[in-house]
Amino acid sequence: MTGAAIALAGVTHRYGRTLALDNVDLVVPPGCMAGLIGPDGVGKSTLLSLAAGVTRLQGGTLAVLDGDMAQAGWRREAGARIAYMPQGLGRNLYPTLSVRENLDFFGRLFGQGGTERAERIAELIAATGLAPFADRPAGKLSGGMKQKLGICAALIHDPDLVILDEPTTGVDPLSRRQFWELMDRLRARRPSMSVIVATAYMEEAERFDWLAAMNAGRVLATGSPDAIRQQAGEETLERAFVALLPEAERAGDGPMPDLPRRPSEGPPAIEATGLTRRFGDFVAVDHVNFRIEKGEIFGFLGSNGCGKSTTMKMLTGLLPASEGEAKLFGAPLAGDDMGTRKRVGYMSQAFSLYAELTVRQNLDLHARLFEIDDVAGRVAEMMARFDLAEVSEARPESLPLGIRQRLQLAASLIHRPEILILDEPTSGVDPVARDGFWRQLITLSRQDGVTIFLSTHFMNEAERCDRISLMHAGRVLAIGTPAELKQARGMDSLEPVFIAVLEEAGMGRDEGAVELADRPTHVGRVRRFDPGRLWAYAWREALELVRDRARLAFALLGPILLLLAFGYGISFDVEDLPYAAFDQDQTVQSRQFLESFEGSRYFDRQAPIGSADELDRRLATGELKLAIEVPPEFGRDLMRERVPEVGVWVDGAMPFRAETTRGYVQGIAQSYLADAQMRTQGVSTSLYPISIEPRYRYNQAFKSVNAMVPSVIMLMLVLIPAITTALGVVKEKESGSISNFQSTPVTRLEFLLGKQLPYVAIAFASFVTLVITAYLVFGVPVKGSMLTLAFGSLVYVCATTGFGLFVSSFVQSQVAAVFATAIIAIIPAVNFSGLLVPVSSLTGAGRYIGLAFPASWYQQVSVGAFTKALGFAELWRDIAVTGLLALVFIGAAMLALRKQGA
Amino acid sequence: MLARLMRIWRLGIKELYSLKADPVLVALIVYTFTIAVYTVASGAKFEVENAAVAVVDEDQTALSRRMRDALLKPFFKEPVLIGASEMDRAIDEGRYVFVVQIPPKFEHDVIAGRDPVIQLDIDATAMSQAGNGASYIQNILLQEVAAAYPSSTGTAPVSVVIHAKFNPNLKSEWFNAVMQVINNVTMLAVILSGAALIREREHGTIEHLLVMPVTPTEIMLAKIWANGLVIVVAATLSLVVVVERLLGVPVAGSVPLFVGAMVIYQFSVTALGILIATVSSSMGQFGLIVMPVIIMMNLLSGSTTPMESMPEGLQYAMQLSPSTHFVALSQAILYRGAGLSIIWPQLLALAGIGLAFFALARLRFRKALQAAQ
Repeated sequence: MTGAAIALAGVTHRYGRTLALDNVDLVVPPGCMAGLIGPDGVGKSTLLSLAAGVTRLQGGTLAVLDGDMAQAGWRREAGARIAYMPQGLGRNLYPTLSVRENLDFFGRLFGQGGTERAERIAELIAATGLAPFADRPAGKLSGGMKQKLGICAALIHDPDLVILDEPTTGVDPLSRRQFWELMDRLRARRPSMSVIVATAYMEEAERFDWLAAMNAGRVLATGSPDAIRQQAGEETLERAFVALLPEAERAGDGPMPDLPRRPSEGPPAIEATGLTRRFGDFVAVDHVNFRIEKGEIFGFLGSNGCGKSTTMKMLTGLLPASEGEAKLFGAPLAGDDMGTRKRVGYMSQAFSLYAELTVRQNLDLHARLFEIDDVAGRVAEMMARFDLAEVSEARPESLPLGIRQRLQLAASLIHRPEILILDEPTSGVDPVARDGFWRQLITLSRQDGVTIFLSTHFMNEAERCDRISLMHAGRVLAIGTPAELKQARGMDSLEPVFIAVLEEAGMGRDEGAVELADRPTHVGRVRRFDPGRLWAYAWREALELVRDRARLAFALLGPILLLLAFGYGISFDVEDLPYAAFDQDQTVQSRQFLESFEGSRYFDRQAPIGSADELDRRLATGELKLAIEVPPEFGRDLMRERVPEVGVWVDGAMPFRAETTRGYVQGIAQSYLADAQMRTQGVSTSLYPISIEPRYRYNQAFKSVNAMVPSVIMLMLVLIPAITTALGVVKEKESGSISNFQSTPVTRLEFLLGKQLPYVAIAFASFVTLVITAYLVFGVPVKGSMLTLAFGSLVYVCATTGFGLFVSSFVQSQVAAVFATAIIAIIPAVNFSGLLVPVSSLTGAGRYIGLAFPASWYQQVSVGAFTKALGFAELWRDIAVTGLLALVFIGAAMLALRKQGA
Repeated sequence: MLARLMRIWRLGIKELYSLKADPVLVALIVYTFTIAVYTVASGAKFEVENAAVAVVDEDQTALSRRMRDALLKPFFKEPVLIGASEMDRAIDEGRYVFVVQIPPKFEHDVIAGRDPVIQLDIDATAMSQAGNGASYIQNILLQEVAAAYPSSTGTAPVSVVIHAKFNPNLKSEWFNAVMQVINNVTMLAVILSGAALIREREHGTIEHLLVMPVTPTEIMLAKIWANGLVIVVAATLSLVVVVERLLGVPVAGSVPLFVGAMVIYQFSVTALGILIATVSSSMGQFGLIVMPVIIMMNLLSGSTTPMESMPEGLQYAMQLSPSTHFVALSQAILYRGAGLSIIWPQLLALAGIGLAFFALARLRFRKALQAAQ
């Protein structure tokens, strides 16, 4: 018992060859607000995700809340007492679920009953001012609101340790201030609660009780902010941090260059007049006006979601304006004006270069698309200028955010643009890197005369702009130089000016300062298997499914549509074969012979053939599937009993059709012979001394539809459920909400079964509609046991959704999931499951693939129950094997799914 | 114009790098054109081969034994003797597709000229084999009786000789192998191009391209040529190595002509993939639209069951699918050795459909981008 919130001893962590944590020893004191500060990519996030149990410990010992995190048992116990909010705004939230539903889900995950949840949610949303938005989908919240919702979700189970990874990155100053006030209130209610926060804002770090400064995988200093300032002998934390860095990394440190702006002539670089953009009823940008001179640095400030990004997109031509006009270089913006595009550089808010290309390849692609003369030279120049040479062969996804932003800036500058439009270029970038970035910008503006239009949430950056504008709810509220704005309000820094302007505009008024009552913490035993947690996931997945109407409709209507198409379309009934005769005899006898082909529903007569060449040609074009060649002298030979030989040519390009045609021709020839005998001798005797009586069982009419419908149901119930389920897990991996699974006590089995349940329900509903369609449209009833068929189908859809989950668990991207499911499922389902060829006559590897896939077993159940009138006694074995395969898939999915990341 | 081509070229090269960076996708493409083609062509045959037969022999004479023995491999598995009481159950469970029932005193009745009846029970749910297998069995049994008792058999006044053109032994392995390659081309092209576009949209990279001097048309063309190239090369290798060499399928017509046609086909299906991507708002929706589209295009194109057997309305509807035309022209080239003079109408149709898909996708391109935000 050390009493520490988190204690690391000798912890080392690597990603491939990159060292993220280097033998770290650190003890985070309990019951206080602790901060982790340091540049990007120094291991802050790694340290926090290790503490949350989300990442697997590689070396060293780690104790959280006095328990060893290497033990799975303790991780589960601790999971119920830890709250983890990963980096990125709202990354662990579910965008289509409302505020209340999101919180409800987290409450369920921690086993809270209905009334307890309702009470806690009501209290939390009242305290955070989210109450008026309780029914708004999380995806439609502004950044600040998302972050509040994230904190509500984290606090719903009264955790003892709250881990927040850069919770305020990319959030405007007002929302940030509200956030910290909220945290203070929450901590006042439960003083025993430990909070650890990683942040890039040094002014925030000032308010923490305890800090750890990190660099390059090591801890530089720990202690209170005062202690750290004293240790470094600097006045501000920001300066202190820089002072603590090793000499080599302080390069470029020093005051910002202060160069005068060169006077500009000619029209303004950017001019917006009454610029407006509407999305449906929502006005994102509302009659915005501004003029930006050449060479000016113009800052765009405002709350999250106020229309900054939308304005920038209109200026780049990405979005057409609903109203108003934007001019670049004095000329109105045209969407496809390539000349203008070459003069503008744009950097979007999110990283938007190719993650799968290396740094050099990305720059090279940009240079070439802009048709720069000396590509290699310019790429080398940009890499040197932005300090990217060392990482030139690395892929951006493996680089820290700060370096990625440098790469994006380099890419947007490679063609020497005259205007740079940068959307929050420094969001999430550490102070040192930001300073470096600004040096570049100032040089560009002052020396090269580049006009820079950027948005930011950092007030010290706003101070460096020539002019700034404050924006809220789509409108520009104030515009001017930083000095003018401060003067107008009589304030000495921009932050209070900004907050005052926003508050006047009505933001933050909905803040309810509800007093939070203390409540006894409930610490129940964490169960190994909890149906409540399973249900939490099932309920959430079902809600998401219901919200995506289009997807639900495809999942239910798609199979019916396909049953209709395939029920009629996949037909082995060969009819209406186009044929023609090459009658070289032209006698009564030859005509009589040919007549026997007419009037048959199997054949469809075409214009007669005139020559042997024509016969070959018409077969080769595929116009004829059958040609009958009656030899000269046919009639005479027939009369003289010389047995003339009739040649029949069948198109063998499609073997099945040719084979069937051959059978028909033989049949017709026989009936002709019988007729001929009848005509000449008056009696018809068979050629053979026996008769063979075929009985087509289960399908007397021998119509394809009776056999196809049950098989098509088999096909539909594997392909559609599998592809629907296949995105279930991987989508969470891509969006980041997988961290909820990793950091809470939910087990792999609960998670997987919970995800599977709604898809099983949809697939079963689909089964019911298919059976009804089969009966009503095709008149194919279930002759055998309905109950057995229903039970077998339920087991089958468990297996097919299990297959989807399995694919989803082992792939890393949604593209791969769609690709893998389609390819792995379609081939055996169509070819090796009895749809086209009976399983009993499959050979080679195909047979084993078929037997290892649930579809081949269920096909027996479906066909048996539909057409063969079978019941449970005959079909239980097939159902049992299907069930066994379902278990195998779920088991494999559990193995492929890791509770902890690498 | 040259600059435009250069940009399309560059973007396509980028596309190839992206593909190379994803080993799962590469492995799946290789699998599809090798193992998948081979196992389907050699394992799932439409012709009557290895059909499971049982015989209920209530006669037990030399003639009945002779008839039993005549049901030979490779068409039939060794016939299994079962009792009359087992018959229903055996066929219910799908153990046998055919059951031949030889009545008591069968040989005796043949000699006496009493025209005895052999009953042939067929599991008519096995559509692909039931009809043809039944006609085989009938022929074999009749031939055997005729051979055993030539005197009681009549001679036909006309002899009908049936030849199968283009595929004399009617081997379905040939057909299946080639059709499997075509089906896989469809499947991969649609998914690869569409999913790549959605991924770019979700990662914001498309938007980034659109602020550069690059037009949507160029982006689409780059995707088409790059993904198309990969698939055409893979499919050609598959045709030459797996189909011609390993499976020993003789290809009658000109492979270069086929590859040329495949390039046009490729254009139309990758354009379709992009079109689907522009109408779906997420990968989830894309998957759910793509799955039915692919199986429809594959199963109803005439590559699985004959086009003429489909209802007329559906036949017309399937004319909108590029796969229908491509299957028709591949059968013509690869089996019937047809040349350009014969297949040009299909080529024209393919190009027309491809252009229509492309134009529609182009119209939806920016809208889809804005809707997805």
